[in-house]
Amino acid sequence: MINDKAVTKPKKKKQFKSDFLFALPYGVVFFVFVILLIFISIALSFTYYDTINVPRWVGFDNYVTLFTRDSEFMQYALPNTLKYGLIVGPCGYLLSFFMAWLLAQVTKPVRTALAVILYSPSLTSGVMMAVVWKVLFSGDSRGYLNALLINWGLISAPIQFLQTPGWIFGIMIFVGLWSSMSVGFLAMLSGILNINKELYEAAYIDGMKSKWQEIFYITIPSMKPQMLFGAVTAITGTFNASGMATTLSGSTPSPQYAGWLITDHMNDYGFGRYEMGYASAISVVLLLIVMLFYFVAKTLFTEKEQ
Amino acid sequence: MATNSLKKRKRSRITGTMINPTHFDKSQIKFILAVLPLAILMLLPIVYIACHAFKPYSELYAYPPKFFVKRPTLDNYISLFRLTSQAGVPLSRYLFNSLIQAAGVILISLFFGSLAAYSFVFCQYKGKKLLLSLNQLAIMFIPVAVAVPRYLVMSKLGLINNYASLIVPLVAIPVGVFLMKQFMDQIPKELVDASKVDGANKWQIYWNIVIPLIKPALCTVAILAFQSAWNNTEAANLYVNDESLKTLSYYFATMSLGSSSIAAQGMSAAATLIMFLPNLIFFLIVQDQVMNTMAYSGMK
Repeated sequence: MINDKAVTKPKKKKQFKSDFLFALPYGVVFFVFVILLIFISIALSFTYYDTINVPRWVGFDNYVTLFTRDSEFMQYALPNTLKYGLIVGPCGYLLSFFMAWLLAQVTKPVRTALAVILYSPSLTSGVMMAVVWKVLFSGDSRGYLNALLINWGLISAPIQFLQTPGWIFGIMIFVGLWSSMSVGFLAMLSGILNINKELYEAAYIDGMKSKWQEIFYITIPSMKPQMLFGAVTAITGTFNASGMATTLSGSTPSPQYAGWLITDHMNDYGFGRYEMGYASAISVVLLLIVMLFYFVAKTLFTEKEQ
Repeated sequence: MATNSLKKRKRSRITGTMINPTHFDKSQIKFILAVLPLAILMLLPIVYIACHAFKPYSELYAYPPKFFVKRPTLDNYISLFRLTSQAGVPLSRYLFNSLIQAAGVILISLFFGSLAAYSFVFCQYKGKKLLLSLNQLAIMFIPVAVAVPRYLVMSKLGLINNYASLIVPLVAIPVGVFLMKQFMDQIPKELVDASKVDGANKWQIYWNIVIPLIKPALCTVAILAFQSAWNNTEAANLYVNDESLKTLSYYFATMSLGSSSIAAQGMSAAATLIMFLPNLIFFLIVQDQVMNTMAYSGMK
């Protein structure tokens, strides 16, 4: 036995070195398509780059322009993104949690059927679904919603849902919430189902009285890790949205930049005008906003050492 | 004493013991009724596509518009196929490209990802902690934000106009590695140690012991990879110029953008259904495994 160890020791040291090879293939792809891209974004954001000439260093010029002279960004892209993020993110998240909580209290066959229905909108691709929204909200009387409202006598003339800025943004939020129950929803459902039942019983013996107390004192604290995962998927799902407004309205930019998001602004500069440096500055701002949301969620749902 | 047990019975009726019930009870009806309106609302657009895709022209033109289909036909699918054959590239070619893309992304992301997850759980090496925490942070990475540098890197690497350009940019799925790692954390270390004693090397442990045990996580990551590949239009749009290398999702997306007539609506609905159904069917097949994996999705 002792002999064995003595023999394997140097071999173990050799293995020590080769262990990283397991992580290498993923590490390379991860480095190139995640880490490197973020660094290139940051680096390019300080340059002027038109994809033909060599990037020219311009310091903070892009950021200064972005925040002082780019009125489309300050007036539409930034506030729209924040508004969209603050509405769709938390609302979709709360909806996911609430639905997961309700579904956890019914039997498995019913739960599975309803969970699949709630989850399936997140399986659709945004661009493809635009067709449906266009017909449902179409501005002529042939649009389903208009036809319905006229039929019920609520309105006399069709509403131009897809050409009116307020409506475009409203529809975007509706669509965002519609497809918000993604993997995070499944994670939270699974989290609730796996909470130790004895915790509830103990709490009731200790004097807990209502379902609300149950949610806030047992359910949420017991599944904070899943809550954080759900929050992260809600954030990424929300901010990954792009091109909704232009597909809905059928014009680029959308009427009066309605529903114009930072991603749209970025794609417009990057692939429409080939100002890659400026587009990179926009994407850095977006990444910072996502980080901000992430850290808020993290402080809310991380176990504090007590 | 008697009041105490009475209280207890009352308690257990309203407590969390009702979570995950095994039998149906009247008290569950209120929960079902609470979910049902939202479930119906969320289902409506999908039912609508399914109906619209099978409507004959007369019903597509009908005024006032009807929600449900009365006389279902395959007309929309036939004109969809005819449209693509006019374009010179048959629909089957786009489908083939999409399948290659999806299969490539699934296989490579599962293989690379599970290897990395395995190294996180069962190996020791320099930089492991750093890579692990970077991967954790990257779960909230939004690919849309770095479309510009991704395009630049793809062209610098020469990954333009081939199948690799459809697959490679989608292979890194940080959340997938995270889920597989979480699942591997549940594997008893004794099991791995025992096979080490039996003389298995790290590769054998990975392939013969760990991989069979994490099948639910593999299924989950497979469906995540499938969704991201199947719905992806960016790769076919930016990294591929050759029409015969474009994918189904890209073709349908650009097709639906260009048309506004009512006949095109039926075709678009048919296309949307074609894109949606594989996602749904795939999820239905693996949904038990997905729920199983999600139990370990907690982030600290």
